[in-house]
Amino acid sequence: MTQTITLNVNGQALKAQAEPRTLLVHMLRDELNLTGTQVGCDTSQCGACTVLLDGRAVKSCSVLAVQAEGHKITTIEGLARDGTLHPVQQAFWEKHGLQCGFCTPGFVMTTVELLRDNPDPTEDEIRHALEGNVCRCTGYQNIVAAVRSAASALRGSRRPGAAVSGG
Amino acid sequence: MATLFGSGIKRREDPRLLTGRGTYTDDVKLPGMLYAAFVRSPFAHARVRSVETKRAKKVAGVVAVYTGQDTKDRVNPVPCAWNVPNCDLRTPPHPLLAYEKVRYVGDAVAMVVAESRAAARDGVDLVDVDYEPLDAVVNPEKATGKEAPQLHADVPGNVAFTWKVSGGDPAKTFAEAAVKVELRLLQPRLQPTALEPRAAVATWNDAMGQLTLWVTSQNPHIHRFLCSVMLKVPEHKIRVVAPDVGGGFGSKIPGYADEALVCFAAMDLKRPVKWTEDRSENYKVTIHGRDHVEYVELCGTKDGTITGLRTRVYAGLGAYASTAAPGIPTILHGLMYSGPYTIPNIEGTVYGVYTTTTPVDAYRGAGRPEATYLIERLVEVYARKIKMDPVVVRRKNLIPKDKFPYTVATGITYDSGDYQGALDKALGMLDYKAFRAEQAKARKQGRYLGVGVTTYCEICGLGPSQVAGAVGFGGGLYDSAVVRVYPTGVVRVYIGGKPHGQGEETTFAQIVADEFGIPIENIEIVAGDTEATPQGWGTYGSRTTAVGGPAVKLAADRVKEKAKKLAAHLLEASEADLEWKDGKFVVRGSPDQAKTFGDLALMANVAWNMPPGVEPGLEASAFYDPSNFVFPFGTHICTVEVDVETGRVKILRYIAVDDCGPQINPMLVEGQVHGGVVQGLGEALQEIAVYDEDGQLLTGTMMDYAVPRASQMPKIETASTVTPSPVNPLGVKGIGETGTIASVPTVVNAVCDALAPLGITHIDKPLTPATVWAAIQQAKGGAR
Ligand code: FES
Ligand code: FES
Repeated sequence: MTQTITLNVNGQALKAQAEPRTLLVHMLRDELNLTGTQVGCDTSQCGACTVLLDGRAVKSCSVLAVQAEGHKITTIEGLARDGTLHPVQQAFWEKHGLQCGFCTPGFVMTTVELLRDNPDPTEDEIRHALEGNVCRCTGYQNIVAAVRSAASALRGSRRPGAAVSGG
Repeated sequence: MATLFGSGIKRREDPRLLTGRGTYTDDVKLPGMLYAAFVRSPFAHARVRSVETKRAKKVAGVVAVYTGQDTKDRVNPVPCAWNVPNCDLRTPPHPLLAYEKVRYVGDAVAMVVAESRAAARDGVDLVDVDYEPLDAVVNPEKATGKEAPQLHADVPGNVAFTWKVSGGDPAKTFAEAAVKVELRLLQPRLQPTALEPRAAVATWNDAMGQLTLWVTSQNPHIHRFLCSVMLKVPEHKIRVVAPDVGGGFGSKIPGYADEALVCFAAMDLKRPVKWTEDRSENYKVTIHGRDHVEYVELCGTKDGTITGLRTRVYAGLGAYASTAAPGIPTILHGLMYSGPYTIPNIEGTVYGVYTTTTPVDAYRGAGRPEATYLIERLVEVYARKIKMDPVVVRRKNLIPKDKFPYTVATGITYDSGDYQGALDKALGMLDYKAFRAEQAKARKQGRYLGVGVTTYCEICGLGPSQVAGAVGFGGGLYDSAVVRVYPTGVVRVYIGGKPHGQGEETTFAQIVADEFGIPIENIEIVAGDTEATPQGWGTYGSRTTAVGGPAVKLAADRVKEKAKKLAAHLLEASEADLEWKDGKFVVRGSPDQAKTFGDLALMANVAWNMPPGVEPGLEASAFYDPSNFVFPFGTHICTVEVDVETGRVKILRYIAVDDCGPQINPMLVEGQVHGGVVQGLGEALQEIAVYDEDGQLLTGTMMDYAVPRASQMPKIETASTVTPSPVNPLGVKGIGETGTIASVPTVVNAVCDALAPLGITHIDKPLTPATVWAAIQQAKGGAR
């Protein structure tokens, strides 16, 4: 028994089919072919599935697809604009904040939210904010460096007159 | 043109991964695809009386249900591929689906294939299995006891093998030694936790009799071979593709029953089939690591010269011998008992033991972390016993820089090293003397500061194929590359390894860009598809840079040699008169007489004017087989403060000085060290796989298994020394595992040093607050 959901994903209004038990992450991956959002666990521990729901970072494995009805979802695929990486993506690249890359979409989405709430976080604040995301490869050090670097880039772009980039 | 070798350029694999456009196995979607799910044993040990599939077959969407009885004559068991010789190894068959007995929680008894993932799950719930539970045994030492339940009919005492190593005269040395220390060490089981769970997608081309498998693999060529054995399909009819792989750490080396069964279903049903693990399934059925119970001794003189080391090790293998399992606690462990020291007398006995648990195989470091840990713990305890500074004891016993190549008592030869150099550098970074003074002051104030030092070396860059054969490894250990130059001067490089986070799409392109003097954008590195890449042996054992790198370099050299012949012909000069300059072959003394790499690529490919006897085309392959392993080394130091009220360990500083020879990309080397150290800190401080007495895995989800998180981990200070390896033309050594190998004893040594005033000499890892607190309470009680 499927149900039609109306929602907005990465700026596009669309309709999708989902069973009541379908998780948002499975709808994104299986129905909408947005496979950048990953599944790393089955107990809401790893954060690999993090997306933005109306701008808030949520674990899409803990949201039912039907709960997204009428909401705005941003996934990792929706972050870069016109082929230009979002400053958070750019910073992860420059600081070598990823190895296998499986955790990366989740970390990037979490970071986008963090830096919106706290444009100049300390190292401790960053490590605390990333607690819900697991990375098995990097040892976190370069992820923390990437978040700091993204923060300073975003602060730069938020000076009066500068364009604020998406997310 | 500036060389790229040695430069910390950004990774070329990142843009696709950062934008969510990588392709991991679970992202593969094929028309008409079915989904598999497995019925897995809830018992650690039981006889399977019957498996009833009728109800499951009636579930809407279920297409097929297979049991062990259905499949046993149509497929072969999972093979063990490392048949270590001279140890009476017994590897009883591991059926793809159990039909007589299950031997660990998670052992598969049936497979349901359905139109959707959900329908497959629904079907699994309705397969009725009648089990007759048997006793479980989870501890490898206990499993060898008389009362222990027997897992396999033809493996008495559950002992899969008894392996021995010895050198010098250990019996006499120990009998006559002035000082002896001994320890019982636990090296608990760990759950690798690659963030991407395993997955497989298989499709069968019935007309061609051809199977294609996308799979989470560190070594697609090995998977092709293992699938061929299990499925009885000839190797040339199987294509294995490992697309982007989300971490491995050893857990994606082995051949697994479930992956082969997905292929079987695709062949039987003639439709594509997909299966992806849940994390809790992953924790139950993907291999675990470590699991040693060790009795170890060291002897020496009163003034700090180590003369002997002895071990007796019970190494848990789990229920069956996984692909590489027998080689891990033997060849990769026992042969490294000398560590970086000149220990003339060594004796080790390792029992490989079956228990009713998940199979154990290679996990980051694979055997070497266990060896380094026992040596470094012993050295520390020995130093304390003779009241010498542990750094002084280490320094006294390190193999001197001018003694390489150096053959240790276990018989292997270390290629190169400057162990003192790394030690001095690390001590300088800390200011060891100042820390000792600070520690003394803190002690007076009732604060417990400690410093732990590990000097290590390890064996990697696996390895010469001849040695692989001699030690029973069921394959070669060379690696390969094909360098193909297109008419427009752009290049594809096909490699036999399968990087999955290590970054060789970047570092190998750096090698080739330097060689040809072309922009790195003009080079693509292709890995993971057996249809395109030459036979290779995969990415593990820190071997891809050290073995695959030289293969890339040699293939590129061959291309360049041919290009030079062509250049000489076109410039009407002799080869001897040509020099390579700024990406061109130039006639010496006449700088405008030149051919660029692009000119030569075009001419070789159109072949309008080739030198006599020279074939058209510009490509070359190389199969590089090293003459020895490589032996990276270094010193790690950690300082801690232990809160004796709570048992909490706070890392104050963590310093890693590693030597992997020349670094192709220092930024990536540093990343490997960070990741490796943190994985080791997890092992030292918080990670442990726990089974109850009935063989139930209590750490079966990410809620229970303590993978390190950002907030728990310290900042790591890295530095390096550079001692090129004489083994390969690049001088490079592996760096993927050193962090994990060195960090575990470093932290445990630091904590034991902090608690020395309480008379604590050893605490078994992981050093959770509860464990440390209990040790403190016991020590205080004992003192009263
Ligand atoms: S998949 Fe959502 S938290 Fe792990
Ligand atoms: S980069 Fe592999 S899990 Fe984070």
